[in-house]
Amino acid sequence: MIKKEMIAMLLAGGQGSRLGVLTSKVAKPAVSFGGKYRIIDFPLSNCINSGVDTVGVLTQYQPLRLNTHIGIGIPWDLDRNIGGVSVLPPYEKITNSEWYTGTANAIYQNMDYMESFNPEYILILSGDHIYKMDYEVMLDFHKEKGAECTIAVMPVPMEEAKRFGIMITDEERKITDFEEKPANPRSNLASMGIYIFNWKTLKEALLANAEQPGLDFGKHVIPYCHEKGAPLYAYEFNGYWKDVGTLQSYWEANMELIDIVPEFNLYEEYWKIYTKSEILPPQYIADSSLVEKSIIGEGSDVYGQVYSSVIGCGVTIGEGAVIKDSIIMNGAVIGPGCELNKAIVAENAIIGKNTKLGIGEEAPNETDPHIYNSGLVCVGEKSVIPEGITIGKNACVFGNTTASDYPGNCLASGKTLIKAGDEK
Amino acid sequence: MRALGIILAGGNSFRMRELSQKRAVCAMPIAGSYRSIDFALSNMSNSHIQKVAVFTQYNATSLNEHLSSSKWWDFGRKQGGLYVFTPSVTAESNFWYRGTADAIAQNLAFLKNSHEPYVVIASGDCVYKLDYNKVLEYHIEKKADITVVCKDMAPGINVDRFGTIKMNEESRIEEFEEKPVVAKSNTISCGIYVVRRRQLIEMIEKCAEEDRYDFVKDILIRYKNMKRIYGYKMQDYWSNIATVEDYFNTNMDFLKADTRDYFFKQYPDVYSKVDDLPPAKYNVGAKIKNSLIASGCIVNGTVEDSVIFKKTYIGNNCYIKNCIILNDVYIGDNTHIENCIVESRDTIRANSYHAGTDGIKIVLERNDRYVI
Repeated sequence: MIKKEMIAMLLAGGQGSRLGVLTSKVAKPAVSFGGKYRIIDFPLSNCINSGVDTVGVLTQYQPLRLNTHIGIGIPWDLDRNIGGVSVLPPYEKITNSEWYTGTANAIYQNMDYMESFNPEYILILSGDHIYKMDYEVMLDFHKEKGAECTIAVMPVPMEEAKRFGIMITDEERKITDFEEKPANPRSNLASMGIYIFNWKTLKEALLANAEQPGLDFGKHVIPYCHEKGAPLYAYEFNGYWKDVGTLQSYWEANMELIDIVPEFNLYEEYWKIYTKSEILPPQYIADSSLVEKSIIGEGSDVYGQVYSSVIGCGVTIGEGAVIKDSIIMNGAVIGPGCELNKAIVAENAIIGKNTKLGIGEEAPNETDPHIYNSGLVCVGEKSVIPEGITIGKNACVFGNTTASDYPGNCLASGKTLIKAGDEK
Repeated sequence: MRALGIILAGGNSFRMRELSQKRAVCAMPIAGSYRSIDFALSNMSNSHIQKVAVFTQYNATSLNEHLSSSKWWDFGRKQGGLYVFTPSVTAESNFWYRGTADAIAQNLAFLKNSHEPYVVIASGDCVYKLDYNKVLEYHIEKKADITVVCKDMAPGINVDRFGTIKMNEESRIEEFEEKPVVAKSNTISCGIYVVRRRQLIEMIEKCAEEDRYDFVKDILIRYKNMKRIYGYKMQDYWSNIATVEDYFNTNMDFLKADTRDYFFKQYPDVYSKVDDLPPAKYNVGAKIKNSLIASGCIVNGTVEDSVIFKKTYIGNNCYIKNCIILNDVYIGDNTHIENCIVESRDTIRANSYHAGTDGIKIVLERNDRYVI
């Protein structure tokens, strides 16, 4: 009989609406990160580097890019005879058919998948964090403590603790209580959304709560286990871990990669991060260019100037263009003479020559002030911006725009321009 | 699947000087991210040839490492696959490959057990893109016994290390000279042949009986009046890398926009083993002009008119001009390197000076590397 000690379930179905136009066509885990990677590469690489070779990836929102990226798992060595990676979308059942209504509900609906591997432990991961972590060490901790559920936590500054789910523990790291986004936190150990469950415990908890609408780990499953008296432990993690759920944190995490010796170092031999590399050739840096304090992906052609930026694979930057503090994703084309300040340009977008992004005074975004609030200007994937346009800060553009969409060749700070009937 | 492929990758060349100490010519890194054999392998794959044998002999460690999986070139198929044949002691033979024909003779079972009607033979030390199906169609149309892919070299180029060809107006080869001291023609053989499988088996068996071992000398040249041997002229980019100068120039060709466009942007792609390296990184003080930089590099200094291969570290204040820096080289601060090829995995101490004054200098430096 097939027997896997621990299998991973990776929650990758969320939209990540706080990333605005970046997730208008792709799920958050499929968003590009760090030049050539996608966010999901980090948990997937952690899995294989930790010796977890069976991973179920739960998809729901815009799964096409994720599906093609994961394929049969070759880049992560997850193409296995037994186990490997499986993409698990919601499916119709004989009695009902429903979407994944919550994190734990998604796991519940894939009970058969987990059962087929006859596991001892289930590792629950989410596909929206940047970190390197050895799950095997966490499993050792889980076993040593005799826990039924272990929650990975990391210490955060006390003043930020109110943004997280907070665990209160005794000296043995046994969880005595927890609070979701408390006004007056009693501890600074924030949950990272990574759990190890004993399969028996998880199965029992899921079956008992099956009818709960929007079944969620943090809101229902963990409290249920706690109430029943199951030993819950907090595993403290002290490495780099970054939630990239907002435009600001996404931009920051990218910018941290270009430090001289970044805290999150991709250049270490040990603990490689794998991704599907579609573009192989080296990058070409022309005579007319200047590149400083930046990282650039394979196959890009740089004719302009690039400072403090993260550039993806297969990007073209025209002569005379000046890119500062920006993120440009795979396949984008930046025309000659463009000027980009704190811009995020998504995949395969085209920016016409002499267009300027991120110019002028900041103004709050008029449609989504809670999303576009950090002075960034965002251009959605496959969007087109014509020549000679000036675009302000906290602005966003999506769709195939033409000169007539820009009265006075200008899009002021705080404006949102979304075209072609595409909803965000 | 009308043809199977054979790639001759066993060779060594004294013309590669110190560069051949480490590896077979076919494993030489090219254009930042590739190795020489990738071009022949990708051409096979893109021509829908699914069964490919690679014959290796000379120092094949790097090559075998590169060929560790067939999936990069899409040969991991149930029908076909990638086969690597290194000489081995058998009941019939305990010889090394004594020549190209002998290499095929020692592995004749591979040909005999196949069912594809044609064989495409290519060498692994050339940089080019070619749809072998076009050659095959030409071969059938001409009712040829053997078709040799050839190319007109520009007048003035020394062709004395190639086979030179003279054809009649029907493209049938009339003269074939191997490495002539004084060439009568500037049309050279590209080392790519198409032949019917049964025909090849017959000729190879005949050769083996007579203790002849070389495909060019003992088959092409000896049979040229008896068999119908035709030339197929190749028009596009083709370059053989088997001398230091040609190797250097071929890499430098990739600094030209049209060469890059032809190989990197136009369909079909060239495939290679994926190394999972992070994007290249440029720190404050980096100054790059007209250069190719591969992934995994960290650059702090100045680089001009150069090709920098994967995982190279270039220290502060360095000046690199007109160089080829092979994989995984560490260059310490304040180093000046000009007109050089720096061998892979070298560690160059800070404050060094290397310059090729009379041609290309090959830098081999094995120093201790302090991990940063």
